Amino acid sequence: MSEQIADGAVIDGVHYHQFDIVIVGAGGGGMRAAIEAGPHAKTAVISKLYPTRSHTGAAQGGMAAALSNVEEDNWEWHTYDTVKGGDYLVDQDAAEILAKEAIDAVIDLENMGLPFNRTPEGKIDQRRFGGHTRDHGKAAVRRACYAADRTGHMILQTLFQNCVKLGINFFNEFYVLDLLIGEVDGPDGTTQKRPSGVVAYELATGELHVFQSKAVIFATGGFGKIFKTTSNAHTLTGDGVGIIWRKRLPLEDMEFFQFHPTGLYGLGILLTEGARGEGAILRNASGERFMERYAPTIKDLAPRDIVARSMVQEVLEGRGAGPNKDYVYLDCTHLGAEVLETKLPDITEFARTYLGVDPVVEPVPVMPTAHYAMGGIPTTNNAEVLSDNTTIVPGLYAAGECACVSVHGSNRLGTNSLLDINVFGKRSGRNAVEYVKTAEFVPLPDNPAAGVRDMLEGLRTSTGTERIAAIRKELQEQMDRNAQVFRTDDTLAAVTETIHGLRERYRNVQVQDKGKRFNTDLLEAVELGFLLDLAEVVVFSARNRKESRGGHMRDDYPKRDDENYMKHTMAYLTGDPHSSNPADHIKLDWKPVVITRYQPMERKY
Amino acid sequence: MSTAVADAPAEGQASDAPEAIKSFVVTLIIRRFDPDVDTEPHWQDFDVEVYPTDRVLDALHKIKWDQDGSLTFRRSCAHGVCGSDAMRINGRNRLACKTLIKDLDVQKPIYVEAIKGLPLEKDLVVDMEPFFASYREVQPFLQANSTPPEGKERIQSVAERARFDDTTKCILCAACTSSCPVFWTDGQYFGPAAIVNAHRFIFDSRDDASQVRLDILNDKEGVWRCRTTFNCTDACPRGIQVTQAIAEVKQAIMRGHA
Repeated sequence: MSEQIADGAVIDGVHYHQFDIVIVGAGGGGMRAAIEAGPHAKTAVISKLYPTRSHTGAAQGGMAAALSNVEEDNWEWHTYDTVKGGDYLVDQDAAEILAKEAIDAVIDLENMGLPFNRTPEGKIDQRRFGGHTRDHGKAAVRRACYAADRTGHMILQTLFQNCVKLGINFFNEFYVLDLLIGEVDGPDGTTQKRPSGVVAYELATGELHVFQSKAVIFATGGFGKIFKTTSNAHTLTGDGVGIIWRKRLPLEDMEFFQFHPTGLYGLGILLTEGARGEGAILRNASGERFMERYAPTIKDLAPRDIVARSMVQEVLEGRGAGPNKDYVYLDCTHLGAEVLETKLPDITEFARTYLGVDPVVEPVPVMPTAHYAMGGIPTTNNAEVLSDNTTIVPGLYAAGECACVSVHGSNRLGTNSLLDINVFGKRSGRNAVEYVKTAEFVPLPDNPAAGVRDMLEGLRTSTGTERIAAIRKELQEQMDRNAQVFRTDDTLAAVTETIHGLRERYRNVQVQDKGKRFNTDLLEAVELGFLLDLAEVVVFSARNRKESRGGHMRDDYPKRDDENYMKHTMAYLTGDPHSSNPADHIKLDWKPVVITRYQPMERKY
Repeated sequence: MSTAVADAPAEGQASDAPEAIKSFVVTLIIRRFDPDVDTEPHWQDFDVEVYPTDRVLDALHKIKWDQDGSLTFRRSCAHGVCGSDAMRINGRNRLACKTLIKDLDVQKPIYVEAIKGLPLEKDLVVDMEPFFASYREVQPFLQANSTPPEGKERIQSVAERARFDDTTKCILCAACTSSCPVFWTDGQYFGPAAIVNAHRFIFDSRDDASQVRLDILNDKEGVWRCRTTFNCTDACPRGIQVTQAIAEVKQAIMRGHA
């Protein structure tokens, strides 16, 4: 086979397509990239869901930008907050780009039609959010641009609307399962890895498609489903990050996972931090506003890692509420019905629907919920994917939660993810357009879909006996128990054993649906494979970082250790991925943190 | 439990805490269709152990995960914002993830089938393409003739923003359109969701293409097909006043402008 296969050809039952740019994922990052790329290059967006089902739509509270519409603010304060919020593991040049380009990113969205809430003067309204402060921590600042508590929904809809306007070519319910990489001649007689396309499984028909392209952009989102209690959708199984891992490209800072403080108790459904931005207060069983003890200056608006830890600490010390003393309260009762109905309508409804609690008159039981992967596919500030600390893979890009630039360091500030997808989604699209202007198609390998076909047929025809759901449940429960807000070497060692056992059982997994069309059973089996791979990397990286920083809290090493760990983790798949000991097949290395303006300081709020 | 806890306003919740709730068995009767094997859909019973606070989606997952992996449905966010799992539950269009078991009559079986009016693909999955085609036809994107001030937002008053707030909530789940008897009998009808999304722009003060959309919806397959049965409003999981939005579009066509 070669690059000569025509667009539209069907060979051995495999469909061939050719595009300049293929974008994998149709959430905010993918569609923002498509809006940049579509008008200038032949572009396809491939998504395992209909675009409007993507989890960007579940984001609630806002998107940060120092517009100064309601009070004094500037991008430098935003940069500082982002760096400090990330416990200094943020690459500061990247944070500066994020904060500077935030302003245009918000204006772009408004100009595209996004219905932001408005100030009395008709400008975009702004609200307070955790960790966003005036003048380097003096007080909370109103920086988050929002549309009620549906900001993510409005971003997703607006981007989709503009993709419709531009006639973007979508392949919906196509599940990308492999990235094709070829070796080409690089400068000075070296060889260079470059993408030649992707292989996708069409859910409706069960048929395989090879998309040859000059550039590939991954915007595949996160992998919160490695945990049981999570705000993430069922579909957030880390497929994109998992594909990159299996191609033996590195993953960065995988130990840093954010637990959002206010998940609905028992369910993990997100209640926006915007509630606290509007004045809601966390209380323990005795009604005490306990955040006053942990963050005396900004209290309930401390960054998420600090708030989540404080909540768990309250419960561990016996001050939790409820019959099992295992949750705390989010008290919105003093905000009044009007604020709740107009600025926080969705979370008000979630509490009523799922817990039968009316936030207008009673406090809502909450506990931290696995929310966001700070780590992921390492990229440059231009969204180019790295194959080591410094070498890029020309033509391969990543943006959004699947990527690690790193603008979030060890803890992301609220509202910076909606910002991230817009700023770096746009950058990935724009840079891919520049790249494909001069790049050639890289030849496809022989039988490019063979690997995917073998994997799928192996699963579908397996005579295995292990239930997908049983393995997944065990993984999620043990990750919650051992790798959540507080971790120790003992708990991480225990879950390492668990994951190994589950990976063995996965080899004997059972797919009951033997059909071709809409085989979601088969899909779940594939997704579980990615979850197991990524959980192993998360835990292995976490065990290696013997300090506490941001979202990674080691009870056995409670202090931040800048001397030894002021650096990014880089994990590589090196050996046989099925060996029992992760040390046999994962190699860890370090990558320096970019420090420009701000020297690491103790983090107080 | 301390006195302080007893004083907490949420104390009433204690009796509803998970360990206090008893599980029970409910029967789901699901309309199945496997295109590889079946010529006609058929109903199949499943007994599932559930808690009253479980979602219908949880019950479907229990079937898929513990009993029959071939049961096929779409779902993603599981809390009513992504719009994947609209289905007919006891004859009413709802999101499976927003319908709690306790809110149904659990003395009787729960009937679950795919939404109507769109081609059935497999079990609870329909072909959504005709639905999205209607959506695209109403030009659901901002079209402004003016250029916004460089690097600034367009000014919009709080009242102007509120004018179309209700219809911005749409998640394109198709619960409304596929509950509409006119849509069932005439697949050419734009359907409520497309009109809702047209409304969202027709009444946006920043948009200058209202007339184009009003002309599109003045078509014989447009708003005049609506018989005001309110099925769509009842079906909307986002609480959008769909029938009212359609009426507002009708009025705008009659007076010749938004």
